[in-house]
Amino acid sequence: MDKFEKLTGIAAPMPLVNIDTDMIIPKQFLKTIKRSGLGVNLFDEMRYDRDGKENPDFVLNKPQYREAQIIVAGDNFGCGSSREHAPWAIKDFGISCVISTSFADIFFNNCFKNGILPIVLPKEAVDVLMKDAEKGANARMTVDLPAQTVTTSDGEVFHFEVDSFKKHCLLNGLDDIGLTLEKAASIDAFEAKAAAARPWV
Amino acid sequence: MSPKTLYDKIWDAHVAHEAEDGTCLLYIDRHLVHEVTSPQAFEGLRMAGRKVHAPDKTIAVPDHNVPTTLDRANAATMTEDSRIQVEALDKNAKDFGVHYYPVSDIRQGIVHIVGPEQGWTLPGMTVVCGDSHTATHGAFGALAHGIGTSEVEHVLATQTLIQKKSKNMKVEITGKLRPGVTAKDITLSVIGATGTAGGTGYVIEYCGEAIRDLSMEGRMTVCNMAIEGGARAGLIAPDEKTFAYCMGKPHAPKGAQWEAALAWWKTLFSDEDAHWDKVITLKGEDIAPVVTWGTSPEDVLPITATVPSPADFTGGKVGAAERSLEYMGLKPGTPLQDVTIDAVFIGSCTNGRIEDLRAAAAVLKGKKIKDGVRAMVVPGSGLVRAQAEEEGLADIFKEAGFEWRLAGCSMCLAMNPDQLAPGERCASTSNRNFEGRQGYKGRTHLMSPAMAAAAAVTGKLTDVRELM
Repeated sequence: MDKFEKLTGIAAPMPLVNIDTDMIIPKQFLKTIKRSGLGVNLFDEMRYDRDGKENPDFVLNKPQYREAQIIVAGDNFGCGSSREHAPWAIKDFGISCVISTSFADIFFNNCFKNGILPIVLPKEAVDVLMKDAEKGANARMTVDLPAQTVTTSDGEVFHFEVDSFKKHCLLNGLDDIGLTLEKAASIDAFEAKAAAARPWV
Repeated sequence: MSPKTLYDKIWDAHVAHEAEDGTCLLYIDRHLVHEVTSPQAFEGLRMAGRKVHAPDKTIAVPDHNVPTTLDRANAATMTEDSRIQVEALDKNAKDFGVHYYPVSDIRQGIVHIVGPEQGWTLPGMTVVCGDSHTATHGAFGALAHGIGTSEVEHVLATQTLIQKKSKNMKVEITGKLRPGVTAKDITLSVIGATGTAGGTGYVIEYCGEAIRDLSMEGRMTVCNMAIEGGARAGLIAPDEKTFAYCMGKPHAPKGAQWEAALAWWKTLFSDEDAHWDKVITLKGEDIAPVVTWGTSPEDVLPITATVPSPADFTGGKVGAAERSLEYMGLKPGTPLQDVTIDAVFIGSCTNGRIEDLRAAAAVLKGKKIKDGVRAMVVPGSGLVRAQAEEEGLADIFKEAGFEWRLAGCSMCLAMNPDQLAPGERCASTSNRNFEGRQGYKGRTHLMSPAMAAAAAVTGKLTDVRELM
């Protein structure tokens, strides 16, 4: 997994609330057996018309946001389906950080497995960051994971919370399965105990 | 010992390892797998030279992509990419030695219907699947939730998940439901009351007389949509109905093991003075037959209401409502019962069980669907389909003008050819009314099976109580 440490980049504003994973990556792109190549279809139905022509009003099609690396989003980003294709598409497009007041649980977890940092901040902070993002390409935000801060293009700093274990994994690009297998003895011991207590399982 | 919730009890029984910061390895009793969110996980195992840790606890079934037309045995009915995905599951199930119900098996169906039907899902278990509607299995008092593909690979390799404990939320539905009101109306009304993020960070336990009165099928409908309220999982404490449902199922315990299981299952309830981080109470008698009007499952109103105006909302919801009304082609102030529909879909992991088909058939008996409406019933599994045929329900649907399909997810997410055309409006028993969910520019109104059947008859959103 890609590491995430510090990122300075363009932030795209997406103030719509309840952006769901069907919007992020519609179902017709779930018929892949790979993880890669989904960036071109990120937000497909908002980004393109039926003939595949770009919708010029969609934020990521505007010249100043085509290279965005951060999304500042409305409440409850990533709700709906568990499809990890959503973070795969986001990452493949080049976005490594999403900031919102809230995220849906499964999407939030999926981000950390793919080198994406989802940041939860209070509404007042997200409002300031949304305005900063609306300034366009000359405005660059900085996200610093070790310091747990987001800094606007004007130098205003917001501190965010992040789970210490998830932070550690993201900073070091760690593979969860490898970490868990280090605890194989605990799993074996649990299985032996559970098999005795609940043999029907 | 301090009092515990049902969630606390199941959680505590499954912690295989706990780190100092509270990060746990939660042991998984049942891992359900389907074709869409698993190929990358199996590929990951192959690349790392890993095996499936517990193939006996892993159950796979194709459901999302599969055609539901009667000619589906012919591979040509599938698009190339769908066929590849289903074939990948065929191969992965065989290579890794997990339990498998292929398309040709009568037991095939939607993974969340097959699990309980085959007795894989039992009280007190931990159940995961790369699908958000895994919450369905919570109806048995099992801790069940959706996971992403990386976590699918993690469970395949280790039979555990890295988790931190969620908070406890109680949703109590007191008293009795009124006639014409169903489990779907309960679950939609709860989401309408709490919003789609109201349950984020929580595991919900549904309780109260109206929940106890529901059948297992109804309880599955309620828990299925816990995720639409943002909750990680929904739970209902097991009781005699649960035990009766599980008894005799193919993979349920038998004999002495059944007795041992039952003794433990009977301890699975929330202690009287357990701590709740959040409590929501609705009166059963206040719940009406509801429909959704917008593009979020929280956009719920009684069928007797009118289309709302963006001005009825505050904050970010104002813009969202404007967008939803534009997308749905609805004008504020229009009575919901004046909204005409083009299509009806009865099925999905929310409402594709036998009781759902019975409820819809009861409305349709002796009636015809409105001219110009296309309507389909997609049973949740081959066994549900067979039972519905045996009970004569299939004939009622066919005589009314419904298509009688084979089992699968179908138009709930429209990954197979069962899709809405742009602008087409559908009365649907599924779980999501998101933009494009049932087809590009398709318009979805969520409701109960009885309400969907009523809409099929009149060609409009309809109060089922008027047809009862």
